[in-house]
This record gives sequence, structure tokens and C-alpha cells, in this order.
Amino acid sequence: MNATGTAIKYGDNIDTDVIIPARYLTTTDPKELASHCMEDIDRDFAARVRPGDIMVGGTNFGCGSSREHAPIAIKESGISCVIAATFARIFYRNAINIGLPIVECAEASAKIQAGDRVSVDFDTGVITNETRNETYQGEPFPPFIQGIISAGGLMNAIKNGML
Amino acid sequence: MGMTMTQKILAAHAGLPSVTAGQLIRAKVDLVLGNDITAPVAIKEFEKAGIESVFDREKIVLVMDHFTPNKDIKAAEQCKVVRGFAKKHAITNFFDVGKVGVEHALLPELGLVKPGDLVIGADSHTCTYGALAAFSTGVGSTDMAAGMATGTCWLKVPTAIRFILTGKLKPWVSGKDVILHIIGKIGVDGALYQSMEFTGEGLKSMTMEDRLCMANMAIEAGAKNGVFEYDEQTAAYAAGHGCKDWTVYKADADADYTATYEIDLSAIHPTVSLPHLPDNAKPVSELGEIKIDQVVIGSCTNGRMEDLRAAAKLFEGRQVHEGVRCIVIPATQKIMLQAMEEGLVKIFIDAGCAVSTPTCGPCLGGHMGILASGERAVATTNRNFVGRMGHTESEVYLSSPAVAAASAIAGRLVSPETVLGGNA
Ligand code: SF4
Repeated sequence: MNATGTAIKYGDNIDTDVIIPARYLTTTDPKELASHCMEDIDRDFAARVRPGDIMVGGTNFGCGSSREHAPIAIKESGISCVIAATFARIFYRNAINIGLPIVECAEASAKIQAGDRVSVDFDTGVITNETRNETYQGEPFPPFIQGIISAGGLMNAIKNGML
Repeated sequence: MGMTMTQKILAAHAGLPSVTAGQLIRAKVDLVLGNDITAPVAIKEFEKAGIESVFDREKIVLVMDHFTPNKDIKAAEQCKVVRGFAKKHAITNFFDVGKVGVEHALLPELGLVKPGDLVIGADSHTCTYGALAAFSTGVGSTDMAAGMATGTCWLKVPTAIRFILTGKLKPWVSGKDVILHIIGKIGVDGALYQSMEFTGEGLKSMTMEDRLCMANMAIEAGAKNGVFEYDEQTAAYAAGHGCKDWTVYKADADADYTATYEIDLSAIHPTVSLPHLPDNAKPVSELGEIKIDQVVIGSCTNGRMEDLRAAAKLFEGRQVHEGVRCIVIPATQKIMLQAMEEGLVKIFIDAGCAVSTPTCGPCLGGHMGILASGERAVATTNRNFVGRMGHTESEVYLSSPAVAAASAIAGRLVSPETVLGGNA
């Protein structure tokens, strides 16, 4: 499985309150959530994002509340993958459970700049920066988690009897 | 290699003789929690997967605490979804307006969590119950749906950081000051993917309220869970809240920790976290003149009896400063009632505070105390992220109830001594 797109870059400690502010948590509709994604730190994200774009964050990406609305909003906005130096753990498991691809890679997080053309190979964890002609080795998922993702998320894995 | 407290609990719930850090396990859960924001998403997933029944109707807890009493039509619709689900599956622990309290104050109060339990909750502050020597951690809505369906959860066994507490807390210093100090020291990702395990003779001087408050904020250091070593206080609390048949898990002598910190409780002063991250912690004495517009005393961090009593001691015979709005929110109905019986509610109202029915309300910028641009609040809550309590240009300073009350009286951030010394 692969993703290719243009990088949209943020800093460290991007919390779920800025990914989707609590004032919009009165809905579970992915489209509505996506329309407010990132707006408190990046007002025109929703208007600017293109299908396939890759979000790049620093350390502790997705910290704070357990709201699954955060990865849902990112996924629905068309982001094909989130790369970060480290992820906050609840965001990490939520992304896996809903099937939003994420890759942990400190080098990619530091070197990729906004606007770079980036592709990610999820099986190997290799991230290619086409703009800068660089590759970075990200952390591929262990087989158990790869299984959840290939099943299309946790609930499907349960239905299939995998769990 | 020995196991940590957390690893012992996880191994027991996975049916394994031992586990090691990094291992992926599937564990049995004793309780699955959700609220009016996260449960609707979980219910949607549960139903979408075509699952017909829950694993155990007595082991699911649904608490309508965030946007309640319903702040608008959308919030009302979300509660309606959860109410319908609770009815359909005859969920015994469904808490609606009138019975509800802020979830992490409510569950221990009702004795729903006992020492040694494994609890998952679709709310990041589910880590609160580590105060009771249980493993509890926040998960997402899909995890909650899977937990309700199967009674299990997948987990990665964490490494741990050990905090050895020594000494005794000074007057007007509480668990909140200790945890803000610790987060300031290790950072908001200082315990990422790890357990924070609290032990040491300093525990003796820490009340269960102190511990609940500290375990509550483990997530603010990125931790998977925070857990306190079991002692007589844990036993007394569990027995006093109707728990039965619990198991005690202690760390092995040769358990492995990635780091050990010694924290001398007597060296900790009233501490606040400045905007916009909880690790931006400083002793109040080092702050300059910081004028404030609002004070919020409540939440799952500091809305318990001891918190209200500390605040009331400061408010007694004093007034909220002109130009400051002070909102006091007892965390549960029982606490509200007790605060009335002890005369605390009268003290708050006489001082010029607004006292609210239990709700998360302003803690997450939901309702009942939203900040305008440029406004500054002191809150006994746990997060001070950009926009957390309202406008993106507002500010939240995290503090203990004593510091919050003192600041409400002084109109600026001060330590309790400043007010008690009469030079406010
Ligand atoms: S009081 Fe605040 S932190 Fe606690 S559960 Fe409610 S919203 Fe979350």
C-alpha cells in the first residue's frame, strides 16, 4: 500500500483540540468535522487541502483528548497519510482503528518541508521525498497492527474473526 | 526480568504468566466507559458492524457529562442516541442529568472501579483510576465499540517511569501542584507510551483526592496510564465505596524502569501551568502580575470534596474580586449535596461565585463559561491548549483549587498565602 501527495507541515504537540475543536463535537458527521479540521491554527486548511496530501507533524502529534473525531476529520479531509516524529498514543491507536495510515519517522518529520512531493510505502516504512531526492526509513507496523489495517479497521477485524 | 505494577495487571488480564514491554496483547476488560461525545461515535461503529449484543450489560458505563444539561439541539440529539442504546441493551450504568457527575469523579465514587481492575474508556482522562491501583487508560470510540462487543482490548505493554515520592506536602500544596511540577519537569511527551508508577513513603501523606488528581493528569505527560502503589488508603477507599474481591498487584523488586525520579514533596510550592501547554509549569511565586477575568473550580481533576473545601476556606469571609467571574462546579450530585450540607455552597455564593450543576462545561470550552478573545482564566482543569476554554486568543492557567480561589479573590494569579496574609 502506498500514498503520494504534497506535504502540509505543522510543528510539535499538535493537540486534538486544534485538530478539531470541542465546539464542533456535537456532530459525528465526518464531512462536517472535516470542514473545521485544523481551523484554529490553520484557518484555510479545509479549503487548501487536496485529496492525497500528506500531513507532517513534529513530536507528540495528536496529544490531548481521546476524540476519534480528530483522525476522522483528518481522514475525511483527504489526507492520505500522517507522518510525525512521534504520535500521542491514543491518536496512534485511533488512526489504526479507523484505518488512517500513519508513519513515525523523526528524520522525515524534520526534513520534509511544506509543499514537498512525498510518497510513503506502508509495507516497508520507506518515505521518499521526490522534491529533495531523499529517502527516510520510517517505522513499519508490526504484523498484528498491519492485520487490523488490512482488514480495514478494528471493527472489520473483529467481524472477520481475526480478533 | 520482573514486572511493573502495570505489567502485572496486564499479564493477569491477558491470561499470561508474564508480559514484557513492547508485547502486543489482547486483554479482558473489567469496565468500558464512554460519554456523550465519544459514545455516539462508538455506537455508530458498533451498529455498523452489525453486532447485536454487548458483552456484559453491567460492565459498560455511559456518562452524559460533557455538553449536559444539553447545551443545544445537536448535543441533545447525541444524548438521545446514547439513551436509546442504553435502553435497548439494558445497560445498568447509564447516567443522565440528575444522576450524572463528571465521569472520572463519578466512577470511583460509585465504587465501579476496584484495585487491580483493567478499565478502558473513550475519554483520555480514564487514566484517573490508576489512583486506585488499577490499570486504566483512555482509548478511542472504535476501541470502545470493540470493547462493548468483545469485552477485550488490544494493548501494547508499556515501559514505565518510576516516581518515588518522599517527604510531606506543605500547607496549601496539593496533588495538583505535584503533578504540574512533574509534568513541567518531564514535558508533555515525557512519558509517551509509558506508565507513570508512583510509590514511596511520601504516598502516606497523599489523600485519595490528591492521587486521583495526579493520575488524572498522567495523560498530560503523554503516559498510557498513571498508577499508585496499593496501600492502606487504597484499601480503605475501596472498602468504603462498596468494592469487593479485588486483587493487589505490586511491582517486582527487579522490575525495569526507563527512569526513576525522586520527588521531595516538601520542596514543592503552589504551581501553575501557563498557556498553552501543561508542561509550562512555574511556581506561583515566580510569576509577575497576571490579571485574570475568570476562575473555574471543578472538573475531573479538581471537583471533589477536598477541592471544594480548600477553595471554601479561602472564600470564607472574602469576596471574588470585582471584574472576575468565578464558576464553581461540584463534580457529582453527591459532592454538590455534601457541599450544601457543609455550608460550602453558601460560602461560594456569599463570596460572589456562580455554582453550577455537575458538568464538564467550560473545561473543554463546551458551555457554561466560555472565554472571549483576550480573556484569561485560572482553572483547576487539566488542559490549557489553544482555544481549550473558548476563543483561540484566550488563555488558561492551570492551578490547584486553593490557588484558583486565591486568584479569584485577588483578581490576579497569587498563591493562597498572599490572600491569607491579608495583602491581597
Ligand atoms: S472535566 Fe474536562 S477533562 Fe474531565 S472528562 Fe470532562 S471535559 Fe474531560
